[in-house]
Amino acid sequence: MSTIRVRAQIADGVTTVRALMSHPMETGQRKDSKTGQLVPAHFIKEVTAEVNGKRVMTANWGPAISRNPYLSFQFKGAKAGDTLNMTWTDNQGKSDTAEVKVG
Amino acid sequence: MNTKRRVFLKGTLAAGAVGVAVGAGVLTPSTVLAAWPEAAFQAKDVNSALKAAMGSDAMTGGDITIRAPDIAENGAVVPITIETGIAGVSSIALIVAAANTPFTSSYELGEGAIGMVSTRIKMGQTSDIIAVVKAGGKLHSAKKEVKVTIGGCGG
Repeated sequence: MSTIRVRAQIADGVTTVRALMSHPMETGQRKDSKTGQLVPAHFIKEVTAEVNGKRVMTANWGPAISRNPYLSFQFKGAKAGDTLNMTWTDNQGKSDTAEVKVG
Repeated sequence: MNTKRRVFLKGTLAAGAVGVAVGAGVLTPSTVLAAWPEAAFQAKDVNSALKAAMGSDAMTGGDITIRAPDIAENGAVVPITIETGIAGVSSIALIVAAANTPFTSSYELGEGAIGMVSTRIKMGQTSDIIAVVKAGGKLHSAKKEVKVTIGGCGG
């Protein structure tokens, strides 16, 4: 299952994208309460969104973004039925992609 | 979708962690190309973060609205929405002035973008939220104070 839940709704030519990603977003400064060891940093660095292969948004994130991040943005120029791809990449090199139809 | 991801992962492994953004850029040609601004995320004050991320720290005011709670009861999840009516926005940065590393995130917007981003951030203490909007090579900013009752950066 994808770690991304994304919706792209179009109204009056403006597409509103809302996405929820499941990710721990560890800052690297938090201590594990049992072991007392620092939990290694693990956070999403980049989120990209493309419509029909054309980039509409790139988010550069640091560890200050909340756990299970939410992201919303808007753009013009898409049509109902277009394909929106959203991808995140984290500081450990992991990534995930979700695809959704604009509508 | 799956094959694309395989290709992407291969590219990532080959290029190493630093090459992630570059690899993604090469594999998916796009109008918005930007490497992760590492210097901005490590900067300890607002001005040097802005210089690293936006190329300048000279800002004027402008039509920017920050929607955030006046008092955040839980600093681990503070919803922030930045909206701007300025035309031709190319990027938006979100900064927490009082944090050790103030730069939280930036958003590069493509053609046809509307000046709006919304996300949720962590805040350890009461601070001004600064929104910086880059449009036509100029920086515009606005700020709003958010009071935090329980910080959300510790354990």
